[in-house]
Amino acid sequence: MEKVGIVGVGQTIYERRKTDTFAELVFEACTSALADAGIGIQDIDNVVTVSNDFWDGRTISSMAIQDAAGAWEKDVSTVEGDGIFGALYGMMRTLSGSFDTTLIVSHVKGSEGNMNLITNAMFDPIYQRHLGVDATTSAALQARAYMEKTGATEEDFARVSVKNHGNGVNNPFAQIRKKISLEDVLNSRKISEPLKLYDCSPISDGAAAIVLSNEKGLARFKKDPVWILGVGHCSDSYSLGYRDLTFPRALQAAAGKAFASAGIKNPLKELDVAEIADAYSYMELIWYEGFGFAAEGAGADLIRSGATAMDGALPVNPSGGLLSAHPVLVAGLARIVEATLQLRGEAGDRQVKGAKKALAHGINGPCGQSHGVFVLGA
Amino acid sequence: MDVENMYYHGRINVPYKWYVGATGSRFLVGLRDGKEFWGITCPKCGKVYVPPLKTCPECFVPNEEWVRLADTGTVESFTVAHYSNGVSPSDIPYVLGLIKMDGADGSFLHYIGDADPADVKVGMRVKAVFADERTGNIMDIKHFAPVNE
Ligand SMILES: [Zn+2]
Repeated sequence: MEKVGIVGVGQTIYERRKTDTFAELVFEACTSALADAGIGIQDIDNVVTVSNDFWDGRTISSMAIQDAAGAWEKDVSTVEGDGIFGALYGMMRTLSGSFDTTLIVSHVKGSEGNMNLITNAMFDPIYQRHLGVDATTSAALQARAYMEKTGATEEDFARVSVKNHGNGVNNPFAQIRKKISLEDVLNSRKISEPLKLYDCSPISDGAAAIVLSNEKGLARFKKDPVWILGVGHCSDSYSLGYRDLTFPRALQAAAGKAFASAGIKNPLKELDVAEIADAYSYMELIWYEGFGFAAEGAGADLIRSGATAMDGALPVNPSGGLLSAHPVLVAGLARIVEATLQLRGEAGDRQVKGAKKALAHGINGPCGQSHGVFVLGA
Repeated sequence: MDVENMYYHGRINVPYKWYVGATGSRFLVGLRDGKEFWGITCPKCGKVYVPPLKTCPECFVPNEEWVRLADTGTVESFTVAHYSNGVSPSDIPYVLGLIKMDGADGSFLHYIGDADPADVKVGMRVKAVFADERTGNIMDIKHFAPVNE
């Protein structure tokens, strides 16, 4: 396969109620990524924007921010879903032979809509939506089912939250930068049992952008790229109730593909850093199993062992993860930005020393229906 | 330059009328007219889906045979929700459950009522409680209530 490199990354600080418009957020992320790549918008051959109409509160939300993405007079295409799928699509366009360079940008202002109502609308309108189920209550159903199957406890979930919030303190882009204790999580307000306030990611505003190039396009850039070594994506069935919520077979398939093309046999040993979608604390444990970091049912053992802490065998979410900032739609692209910074040694206080291989992960749909996985290498 | 930050408050309010399909119609008519649960069977894997699906997501073939199911099941998972989003019940806390209906595969999403939320457990046996006035939608089931068998 022809190689694709990440040659520029940019992101805004993630905050609640940012005083930038959608277009201003997109412009900031795009211009940061271009400056990082050391090029101008004229060096970009095509643009992929990621957005969602319900989150933006308008139809054709993807068209509204094209000026801010520098997309005028360029080939533009759009993705509705997590930013990781925008990166995937951008990679395909870069490989198509039609374009040498691709700018991918994703934005959201979660604070301006109503997360619960917007995510309620993702459920089946005939049988489920009317009950009021949303991202958080469905996640709670998944968390409980997982506890029943594996014996994981609320304390295990809290361990994820403590770890990631602790890491988030070191990330100047994170929304919540506060060290918390196990007791803080366990005593936090009940939201939808077994999930409590600190098991849930915050609602964030922000944008992220990356620039991809094929080998031909690399002449335009001075810096060495971070290479995409492997990619996988896979979806599970839609209806809540008709899918095994306790094991992510779609993630297993996606990760399997990504690891195979990157030549990775033992991901826990061979990866140096992972940025994964911890929208709710418990998810990190289930995803451990999908990635094969832990055996099926043994996600809680891994967090207890400390292997995924900053000083462990595989630090997971040095950025603080989604628990420290959750710009929906942007989250997966932000994971790629973070992984890229790690591999360049530019991650500041959250740097994993000498990171050579990194994982970035994004999810879409109720309870992690679909998964996108990128393995990156310096 | 310091300026006051202005916000525009809006609301999207668009009516829809979704056809539920012949398969869905049969299920909803069963609930409304006879307080009956009807599931549909995949000819390949034999899974019984309730609410019914036109096609089996696992086998990618049309489901065929209708089967009458009991109105009882077992709680597979549940959550006690401590907030309302405006669509969910305003009377909080309320309990949302995934219920494996007897004779069906997969599980059915609905409320669990007539129970202290603290007493709801996975594995608990429940039975559908129907609304007195039924109009052919999912709220023709009020909730599922615990049963002692
Ligand atoms: Zn089947």
